Amino acid sequence: MTDVTTTTTDPVYVTEALIAEDIEAYLEQHQHKTMLRFITCGSVDDGKSTLIGRLLYDSKMIFEDQLAALETDSKKVGTQGQEIDFALLVDGLAAEREQGITIDVAYRFFNTEKRKFIVADCPGHEQYTRNMVTGASTADLAVILIDARKGVLVQTRRHSYLCHLIGIRNIVLAVNKMDLVGYDQATFDAIVKDYAAFARSIGIESFTAMPISGFKGDNITTRSAQTPWYQGPTLIEHLESVEVITSRDADKPFRLPVQWVNRPNLDFRGFSGLIASGTVKPGEAVRVLPSGKTSTVTRVVTLDGDLDEGVAGQSVTLCFADEIDCSRGDVIAIADQPPQSADQFETTLVWLNDEPLHVGRAYWLKLGAQTVSATVQQPKYAVNVNTMEHVAVKTLELNAIGVAQIIADKAIVFEPYADNRTLGGFVLIDKITNATVAAGMIQFALRRAQNVHWQPTDVTRADHARLKNQSPKVLWFTGLSGAGKSTIANEVEKRLNVMNRHTFLLDGDNVRHGLNKDLGFTEADRIENIRRVGEVAKLMADAGLIVLTAFISPFRAEREMVRAMLPEGEFVEVFVDTPLEVAEARDVKGLYKKARSGDLKNFTGIDSPYEPPLNPEIRVNTAEMTAEQAAEHIIRQLMPWK
Amino acid sequence: MSKPTDRATLTHIQRLEAEAIHIMREVVAEAERPVMLYSVGKDSAVMLHLARKAFFPSPPPFPLLHVDTTWKFQAMYEMRQRMATESGMELLIHQNPEAAEKGINPFDHGPLHTDMWKTEGLKQALDKWGFDAAFGGARRDEEKSRAKERIFSFRTASHGWDPKNQRPELWNLYNARKNKGESIRVFPISNWTELDIWQYIHLNDVPIVPLYFAEERPTYEWEGQLFMADDIPRLEKVLGYRPEIKMKSVRFRTLGCFPLTGAVESTAKTLPQVIQETLLTTTSERQGRVIDKDAGGAGMEVKKQQGYF
Repeated sequence: MTDVTTTTTDPVYVTEALIAEDIEAYLEQHQHKTMLRFITCGSVDDGKSTLIGRLLYDSKMIFEDQLAALETDSKKVGTQGQEIDFALLVDGLAAEREQGITIDVAYRFFNTEKRKFIVADCPGHEQYTRNMVTGASTADLAVILIDARKGVLVQTRRHSYLCHLIGIRNIVLAVNKMDLVGYDQATFDAIVKDYAAFARSIGIESFTAMPISGFKGDNITTRSAQTPWYQGPTLIEHLESVEVITSRDADKPFRLPVQWVNRPNLDFRGFSGLIASGTVKPGEAVRVLPSGKTSTVTRVVTLDGDLDEGVAGQSVTLCFADEIDCSRGDVIAIADQPPQSADQFETTLVWLNDEPLHVGRAYWLKLGAQTVSATVQQPKYAVNVNTMEHVAVKTLELNAIGVAQIIADKAIVFEPYADNRTLGGFVLIDKITNATVAAGMIQFALRRAQNVHWQPTDVTRADHARLKNQSPKVLWFTGLSGAGKSTIANEVEKRLNVMNRHTFLLDGDNVRHGLNKDLGFTEADRIENIRRVGEVAKLMADAGLIVLTAFISPFRAEREMVRAMLPEGEFVEVFVDTPLEVAEARDVKGLYKKARSGDLKNFTGIDSPYEPPLNPEIRVNTAEMTAEQAAEHIIRQLMPWK
Repeated sequence: MSKPTDRATLTHIQRLEAEAIHIMREVVAEAERPVMLYSVGKDSAVMLHLARKAFFPSPPPFPLLHVDTTWKFQAMYEMRQRMATESGMELLIHQNPEAAEKGINPFDHGPLHTDMWKTEGLKQALDKWGFDAAFGGARRDEEKSRAKERIFSFRTASHGWDPKNQRPELWNLYNARKNKGESIRVFPISNWTELDIWQYIHLNDVPIVPLYFAEERPTYEWEGQLFMADDIPRLEKVLGYRPEIKMKSVRFRTLGCFPLTGAVESTAKTLPQVIQETLLTTTSERQGRVIDKDAGGAGMEVKKQQGYF
């Protein structure tokens, strides 16, 4: 075979004999294996890929043809001279192999007699924080690699912090390359002591340290003769025996987020989902959240027959004794210990996208099977992942980790992330690009929302409107600068006034002289500008007025946010559809000229985007009609008035 | 050292099954028009079985789609029909008319055969029926570039894959929102290994094509590999000569087009024997297929960027 030291005599891996002699017995054994998912953290230099390659190699997951290819590649592009470069087994994408770095999460698989393992191999550099968080999110355990020659480095601290943040309780400190420090116990002990002090400081309660060499195979599968002073388990022994997440989850109260309602015919109505925690049996009382309705479980249905009990980690379908409302996004829970619902939270966010956080913008928040619209407040602070210091920030950029409050447009059923990953972990999705922009963890619900109640007022919005003999509306004019929004809105208001309608025109420039004088033209400020105008328009509509607003309002997301604030039908989007060339040719305020010459930054249509409405209620084209004609057209569209 | 398996510790097979079912239900809840790509192989067989579990007692609420190259084994065509009937699912079959017209075959056209029949055929089929999400049975342990592919893998309107621009997938939360023209390939058995697939077939009596079991079959050698002569007249026509046929006890580790799928000599007639042979074997699974070797080390990655599943 090869000149690499193999460990074929290792008792852990002598499964081939069993396969050859008694395959049935082997399959029986394999069938009952449990599964451990773990993540390896460390840089290329720490020997991470080599360690994984070694695990695959030692557990016979590498076939002869792969080995032959590996030997050829090792000589061609390897970094280990004539010896096998295990890292080449692991670094997958062509670009990565050329650059010699791992840039994405790769998943690897191997078996021992006791377990199946899924390894998330993640890149170590700071610019790949998001990849590491992704890999860690499904892991039961983290192996943090340290180069014995270098000790605890900044990146060691970063990796440990991220693993702890994402809730990994089993941490292995693998002090690697022990062969290069002569298997020196003092070196090992010093590193462990150093790490222990750091771990305590960030709240890591315990970890398991071991001296290894991925390259030479020391203490990976067999106890090394080179480290007689080390009494602990080998890496594999440890991986085979630690507790996995699902066993912990089974002891918690029962929760099942409903993914899909199964209704093949009128006689069957089942609720399908993966049990997030606890267990469920026929006869047990359950509560459906957020409605709070209760019923009794009659069946736990699977294709293989009904179960006596469903446990955390299983995908099942439940049937109830009563016909209660329950649909996708609801959470079925044990009746006497239901989870809470809330619409405002303190969260920890990991920003995953090149486009930074837009404070105040509405994103989709997906948690379990629930999707709601939510806005993020200005972060309280971001964490410097190298020093753990809190830093004041206005936004979160790619790979930033910060604490911020989130306000959802309706209540969601949740549990703090520390109690339940499924009901506490969420992602934020950009409403326009559909990119997954952030991962979040709910810390707690804000009391604020619970303590600030709506004060009921006796004179209702319907009373206000009745007195004015009109139905309130918000006519939202949007379009490029110079499109004619203010002019047309003014014409429309004049006509409404003549018709004895109670109106008010909120104009972009005017509002910026007062209410919004503190705001500039960055994206974040534009979002806040529109949010405030939306809130004011809503109050005026509550007062019974017909509100006209004339703002560029360039982003679809914010216009949709205002639409969502108002009762159905009250928001009327009027798209003043003037082509850029026409608006620029008019250049009433001389702004386009300034923008073109670079004197004016962030100008919509020039160096800042305008997102036209996809389905405006009314569209007017000012290249084809005068302001008066446009106003007439709008009035006609709104008729008949009530 | 190890704890006895108690009720709360699910086995790895149970966890993998639950994960696959969860993924399928998410797709059905969030996609407009899902479909399951069904290749009739063992991975497809497991995926289909999982779909039946996920939606029981309903039949899986999407059709099966077979992108046919016309060069599959006869036994595969028989199995295809049987499984559609048993599952109660609609079976859609697509054959690239352009490839048929040009008489594209694996002998004369090499890589073009896969490109036209499979890659192009798949794109045509997805466009034809307007599917926005397609389940595929690819596994991360099969090949290096697969190891980095997401479970929800987005394709551009022209069906290309951009490995540098994949959405992060955290916990078991999948973002299924698409941009206009995009479609999703979903791989519910991403985290299964070949052994897991076999084990699952064994545990659940999942029906598979008999070609996986050893039997005396007519074989011929071509470019140093052993193949089965599934359709001798057609073979003769395309090759221009009648290959030397020898009866041998052979079976297949993977199934594709019969002239592209190498047979292995074997006597494994039962599932445990097949698994035994698989575990003791010393060449990796895709070795039997010619496709990966086309473009050097990065063969599959290049194919996928072009839209191959």
